[in-house]
Amino acid sequence: MWYYEKKLQYPVRVRECNPRLAKFLIEQYGGADGELAAALRYLNQRYSIPDKVIGLLTDIGTEEFAHLEMIATMVYKLTKDATPEQMKEAGLGAHYVNHDNALFYENASGTPWTASYIQAKGDPIADIYEDIAAEEKARATYQWIINMSDDPELNDGLKYLREREVVHSQRFREAAEILKEERGKKVFF
Amino acid sequence: MFSQRKFYTPYTSPTDPCPPIEVKSYETPPQLYLGFQPPCLPQYASAKEALHRGTLWPALYSPYESPYKRGDTGE
Ligand SMILES: [Fe+2]
Repeated sequence: MWYYEKKLQYPVRVRECNPRLAKFLIEQYGGADGELAAALRYLNQRYSIPDKVIGLLTDIGTEEFAHLEMIATMVYKLTKDATPEQMKEAGLGAHYVNHDNALFYENASGTPWTASYIQAKGDPIADIYEDIAAEEKARATYQWIINMSDDPELNDGLKYLREREVVHSQRFREAAEILKEERGKKVFF
Repeated sequence: MFSQRKFYTPYTSPTDPCPPIEVKSYETPPQLYLGFQPPCLPQYASAKEALHRGTLWPALYSPYESPYKRGDTGE
């Protein structure tokens, strides 16, 4: 089970109403390498992986939901009072018709989130290596969004999220070493 | 100490339609090099700084700026 803390993991500030940036950011909300996919991937893989790394998947999966909440806050702030006209100009006309200014789990091109973005192969090595790749892809996506954003306050939050992907990747790499069980046992001839 | 960014120079044709970027970069953050994190690595002096950086350990910190804004010259 979970306890909920009614605050964000890291403060989110947005300088201006910018639905175009929201359209890009939604990639990390409901895209293939986004925070929802990450959270659901890790929390689901936990059941069929050796005990030693279950806790790690629980911790990181939980943190991904905290990131999801930060992205949601960013998208919400960027579009909060945008008019239908502004939404249309930002390429969010179709989104507006379907959802008004509500958030939705979709990627930057409007494709709804799908479970086929994530995998549970049941093979611990395959699953952990997928997780490492997912973290590097999320890190890269943050880089490309930062490259397209000139909102310094928003970028501060995005850089924080990018750094967390670095740390998660590090922990999954350590998990792979734990699964290999040869750490510190290497014999040189 | 490793570098967190690598550069390469792709082939550019005299007939490339977009103005060529002569030096391209890609990120090589610390987790690629750290291995299993050793115990007792130095930590940031304050919790506030660690929160701002997104990690407790300078060894895992990876700064990032847009390559289009940082004005790389390729070293
Ligand atoms: Fe992550």
